[in-house]
Amino acid sequence: MIATASDTSEPRSAAEGSPDRSTGAQSGGPTPRGSTRAGADHGGVRSGSAERGRVRARSTRRGAKLAAGSRSKATSSRGGSGLTRWVQRGGLTTVVFALPLIIIFGVFSWYPIVRSFVMAFQKTNLVTTKWVGWENFAWVLTDPDLPKALMNTGYFLLLALLIGFPIPLIGAVLMSEVKKMKGLFTILAYLPVVIPPVVSVLLWKFFYDGRPEGVFNTLLGYIGLGPFPWLNDKHWAMPSLVLEATWAGAGATVIIYLAALISVPAELYEAAELDGAGIWKKIWHVTLPQLRGVLFITFILQIISTAQVFLEPYLFTGGGPNKATLTILLMIYNYAFGASLGSDYGSATALSVMLAIVLAIFSLIYFRLTKSWSKS
Amino acid sequence: MSTLTIHKTRKAVTSSRGLISDFERRKPGIRVSVAGVNVLLFLFLMLACLGPMYLLVKSAVTPTQDTLRAPLSFFPNGAAWDNLDQAWNHVQVSRYFLNTIVLAVGSWFFQLLVATTGGYVLSVLRPKYAGVLNALVVCTLFVPSVVLLVPLYLTVLNPPLLGTSLLNSVWAIWLPAGASAFNVVLVTRFFDSLPREVFEAAKVDGAGPFSLFWRVVLPMSKPILGVVSVFAFIASWKDFLWPMLVLKNPEVQPLSVRLPAIQAQTDLGVFLAALAISTAVPVVFFLVFQKFFLSGAGMSGAVKG
Repeated sequence: MIATASDTSEPRSAAEGSPDRSTGAQSGGPTPRGSTRAGADHGGVRSGSAERGRVRARSTRRGAKLAAGSRSKATSSRGGSGLTRWVQRGGLTTVVFALPLIIIFGVFSWYPIVRSFVMAFQKTNLVTTKWVGWENFAWVLTDPDLPKALMNTGYFLLLALLIGFPIPLIGAVLMSEVKKMKGLFTILAYLPVVIPPVVSVLLWKFFYDGRPEGVFNTLLGYIGLGPFPWLNDKHWAMPSLVLEATWAGAGATVIIYLAALISVPAELYEAAELDGAGIWKKIWHVTLPQLRGVLFITFILQIISTAQVFLEPYLFTGGGPNKATLTILLMIYNYAFGASLGSDYGSATALSVMLAIVLAIFSLIYFRLTKSWSKS
Repeated sequence: MSTLTIHKTRKAVTSSRGLISDFERRKPGIRVSVAGVNVLLFLFLMLACLGPMYLLVKSAVTPTQDTLRAPLSFFPNGAAWDNLDQAWNHVQVSRYFLNTIVLAVGSWFFQLLVATTGGYVLSVLRPKYAGVLNALVVCTLFVPSVVLLVPLYLTVLNPPLLGTSLLNSVWAIWLPAGASAFNVVLVTRFFDSLPREVFEAAKVDGAGPFSLFWRVVLPMSKPILGVVSVFAFIASWKDFLWPMLVLKNPEVQPLSVRLPAIQAQTDLGVFLAALAISTAVPVVFFLVFQKFFLSGAGMSGAVKG
């Protein structure tokens, strides 16, 4: 018997020593004896702790689990008394504690997940429901909007990587070398993240005013640029969305990078210095390679969040102009809740299931990475 | 122990050196350029992060005509404090503000309830079915929220056993908010890191499962409960799509849903005042609880999973 943690080893061995005692114990039973004992003799610390070890073994489920293999058969064969025993040992209390999780997750997570896989093969108008096989998938896959939405999502991702990837990285590397008022820098960088996304989008919509008197057009006018149409032009609309999304999200990425930068071992920098490396060489040969993992993680996170972009296109442009900012989630929303078409829940779930399967692969990669990350 | 000590270890490591060595910092050329870069970085952050906020606050109390004509000039014709009053009372931001708070507090409560009781079962009580339960919770981490949109909407429309629709009721926001696997995982991992000896000692002193939970485990878990609380509150304040779907009645809608809806028929100055008001609470919240925010943000990147 190899105990992994030192604190569990004692009750385990005690449970092995007296298995029949631990079966007969009620959870409340041994306690008064233990406490009077502790009160009666203060000197006997050693014997007291040994006694407590045995008491512990009786009351802990964890300690008793070891002997449970042979015992559980005996309990179940006794039928009715097994249930009372289970209640006495606190089985019912445990269920009471588990209930909020089971009910909430059951009704609002597990059931809807299963239901979405069922609904993808059905057609329903909430009154009658019929099975249609792969029809919903066929309908979605032949929708001329789908390639458009896929292209737009890919374009969003590309722009987000071009604009949104280097800025937080450079910012974080510079910020990690700030000695004075580092807290202020961090707060400033994180501030846009706490602004409600709806407010950010509506505020930027005001900034993106296409008239020459618009905020951005006035600003750019100072250096002789513009005026630009921003959201009203199909070429400008998507970059405008990405710019706002980058502004709103960069702070969170900066914090992730800062945490990663702090954990770069100082010895690596020292070793590089001994080899005569300057600051640029240290960034290139030490910092960036050390950040490789976290960079890949933020890349995966970017893909996952970009594929589910909804707020920006919905509030900025509604998918326009001329479907230039139509995204997959906007399509799902339009299928299910877009009033003009009538609710097509089947197609909406079919598309979301397909999207979910692709995203689940990315999340799996993500969790694999972060797991190996926190271990190392 | 990792989540418990993450804050301390980070501080300890910070005190050691970073990219630039002390020796390099003493060189005049490097010292000047580092200082220059710091100043530039500071100016950039002020402009990029505080600039939009400044414009929002300024325009919120500027007459609409001035904002439309010259959005960057500084009060050419005086301030219009009336905008705030208009927004708060006439556009009824006060009501939506209250709705938002009610939704956020309820969501916070259910997230904490599910995460703490669930974490207690999975980490401390550990019944035989704990493994299955844990696997079922962790599974949902891999399912993007998109999948849930339509079926969750239909579930709320016609919930099992209740017989009445939850549409337009706060429960449609509160209850689904509780089903956050991330919270459960975070809290369970924190509970795992608590020393078992304390639990055993409490049991010896006669603590049952309920008082162990309420008087030992919860008080020991304040740091993680703080992180979960802050994130629950902010997430609820930010949420848009879900409340828009299930709260059709304007009387119960939160700010995030109402703001886009009132934009068209509201005077720009008043509208910007409404935006400023709805930004104030999360920003103040952030400044007060920044430690939780920043440690939580680091956690979701480096430790999540």
